[in-house]
Amino acid sequence: MKTFYGTSLPNPLMLGTAQYPSPAILEQAFRDSGAGVATVSLRRESGAGQTFWQMVRELGVMVLPNTAGCHTVKEAVTTAHMAREVFDTKWIKLELIGHTDSLQPDVFQLVEAARVLTEDGFQVFPYTTDDLIVGERLLAAGCEVLMPWGAPIGSGRGLNNAYALRAMRAEFPDVPLVIDAGIGLPSHAAQAMELGYDAVLLNTAVARAGDPAAMAKAMMLAIEAGQLAHQADPIEARDMAEASTPVIGKAFLS
Amino acid sequence: MKIVLNGEPREVRAQTLSDLLVECGISGRVATAVNEDFVPSGLRIAHTLADGDRIEVVAPMQGG
Repeated sequence: MKTFYGTSLPNPLMLGTAQYPSPAILEQAFRDSGAGVATVSLRRESGAGQTFWQMVRELGVMVLPNTAGCHTVKEAVTTAHMAREVFDTKWIKLELIGHTDSLQPDVFQLVEAARVLTEDGFQVFPYTTDDLIVGERLLAAGCEVLMPWGAPIGSGRGLNNAYALRAMRAEFPDVPLVIDAGIGLPSHAAQAMELGYDAVLLNTAVARAGDPAAMAKAMMLAIEAGQLAHQADPIEARDMAEASTPVIGKAFLS
Repeated sequence: MKIVLNGEPREVRAQTLSDLLVECGISGRVATAVNEDFVPSGLRIAHTLADGDRIEVVAPMQGG
């Protein structure tokens, strides 16, 4: 498995911490799945933050803070600095939202913010689209990880454009690639890993499932299956049938 | 002095950012920004507030 800014992940599942029915269920989802990375955020102090932080620390996972909800470079950069201080990590999941309905990233501002943050010593995990040129620009800006969307955040539609994601994998063979957002089912996560992606980041599909802990475990099993399948070099699909049972030696019975 | 703390107008006695946190009973793991600029925790004690300052205090929260 590739490293993320020099850090090896225990497994390829990055799990969000939002929208769970209760903190206990969130904790159970992490324990049952074994996810090694938790995404977190910053919001205005209301008193609840300290308890949440204590719980995340007790999970013993790596923490990836986000800049969710930021719409400008300035806002994202300030949020990243605040996150670095609060969570004591250089990692930042850089989100720069460009469109209200689709939550599509504003890739122009994303590249600029990635450049500023890299110069400030951050290790940027950019939430991006599957556009190859944007990917190139992000790498040139200093990113060593790319996180293309599978589908819009929370939509559960899976890999909307598997062709583009396959092309991205081929274009950047040595860059750690993470499918971030859009996963709805374990089969989507397995598909991402079968394409050769290095990790999957998801939240809603687990947190909003009827049984989040069971779904978290299902996601991890699917991710492991997909990863193993990729390593096992799958066959190419073909249009015509090809008998798998040998023809030679068949009894002549007609 | 009148300031805006996390979007709410407030009348406070504190003259510095660190005093403001004490006055408002905020402790624990938080980060601060004044007028949209990050103020590292080590600089709060020296950061003098001015009338009308907009202060943001954020804490860890669930996220995706």
